[in-house]
Amino acid sequence: MKPGTIDKKVLYEYLEEIKDPEVPVLSIIDLGIVRDIQLKDDELEVTITSTYMGCPAMDMIATAIRIELTTLGFKKIKIIRAISPAWTTGWMSEAGKRKLKEYGIAPPQTRSDGLRLTDGVECPHCNSKNTSVISEFGSTACKALYRCNDCKEPFDYFKCH
Amino acid sequence: MQDLISSNDKFSGNSSLEAYVLHLADNALLLGQKNAEWCGHGPILEQDIAITNISLDLIGQARNLYQYAASLINQSTNKHSFAEATEGKPINLASEDSLACLRTEREFKNCLLVEQPNGDWAQTMLRQFLFSSYQYYLYQYLQNNADETLSAISEKSLKEVTYHLRWSSEWVIRMGDGTEESKLRMQYAMEELWRYTGELFIPVYYEKELGIDVGPLKDNWLEKVKLVLDEATLSIPENVFMQTGGKTGTHTEHLGYILTELQYLQRTYPGCEW
Repeated sequence: MKPGTIDKKVLYEYLEEIKDPEVPVLSIIDLGIVRDIQLKDDELEVTITSTYMGCPAMDMIATAIRIELTTLGFKKIKIIRAISPAWTTGWMSEAGKRKLKEYGIAPPQTRSDGLRLTDGVECPHCNSKNTSVISEFGSTACKALYRCNDCKEPFDYFKCH
Repeated sequence: MQDLISSNDKFSGNSSLEAYVLHLADNALLLGQKNAEWCGHGPILEQDIAITNISLDLIGQARNLYQYAASLINQSTNKHSFAEATEGKPINLASEDSLACLRTEREFKNCLLVEQPNGDWAQTMLRQFLFSSYQYYLYQYLQNNADETLSAISEKSLKEVTYHLRWSSEWVIRMGDGTEESKLRMQYAMEELWRYTGELFIPVYYEKELGIDVGPLKDNWLEKVKLVLDEATLSIPENVFMQTGGKTGTHTEHLGYILTELQYLQRTYPGCEW
């Protein structure tokens, strides 16, 4: 990279290394937490947004970004936390959804008309749509607890948000 | 009496925007704190997790609102009172932590509903339902507010409140239209809590000064509440005297006890971090 310029693509590749501490299979890029990177004079401004208001992982993620960018040689780093526009699972990458499923968490699913799916969430283990909700709230704010009526396995569902 | 209270409150020096943001923050903090008391005591594991998830969402709302209130307070403090004493250097007296942990009972502006005791699961669920349905319409209204921060926080919170409302509605229905015992407990909760819903829709001085018109929200709220109560076969108590005062700092006896516990650590070990 030339002095005074940044290659966003390269920086995003580095930030890809930072995983969500609660769902370690997903990077913060997969989740759509990183909204923008800008170089302002000699300061690197990274805009991030939280998935849920009370997400306890945000402080950890901000620190991890700072460490990653410092090792790349950036001396002045500013982390901006944006609230608006509100984070949505629509920002999750396709790669992220695939990784979630492989990990055993059903990725967010929408109906063909774009509305959130309430019934028939696909089981990440046997792909059956014959599933039912156990609880709207799971082990973290972003997940709900489901069970598969065919393979009988319980599973986490990453809620549409 | 009401005038005296509101002028006392004004004496704390908060602008109406600061007071309003604190009111919203205090609502979220107090209900978050009360719900968190269920941690490890929920009727079954999934519901224990659900109520504490809601608690986390509410504390998340509170943090964002307190941070905003702190920035407003620090700006006006630096502009007015301390500019000379500090030779123009900005000082930051207020923080999200100081606002949550170092204000006294009379400075808290939360509505009375959120400080009511957990009681049994029926009382906790009804309190959540009455409050979430209120927040649901309030945040819809506030997301169009000209104040960008307020609107952004409302837009973001609304997504989470929608879950709280759906989940607590289901519980009110399940217990109201449940067994004889669960219905009895839900109806008792109605008798206990209904009297605290009136003040939600009566604007106080800071809402009036900001032009935040909470009165008209009542129609939508009541319609939603009645729909759920009907399905739950519960009735609205008649001829109830509506309690007011929380929004301007006159609270029920419960708030003092909650704050004693909530603020204990910062009061005993000032500035403590972990």
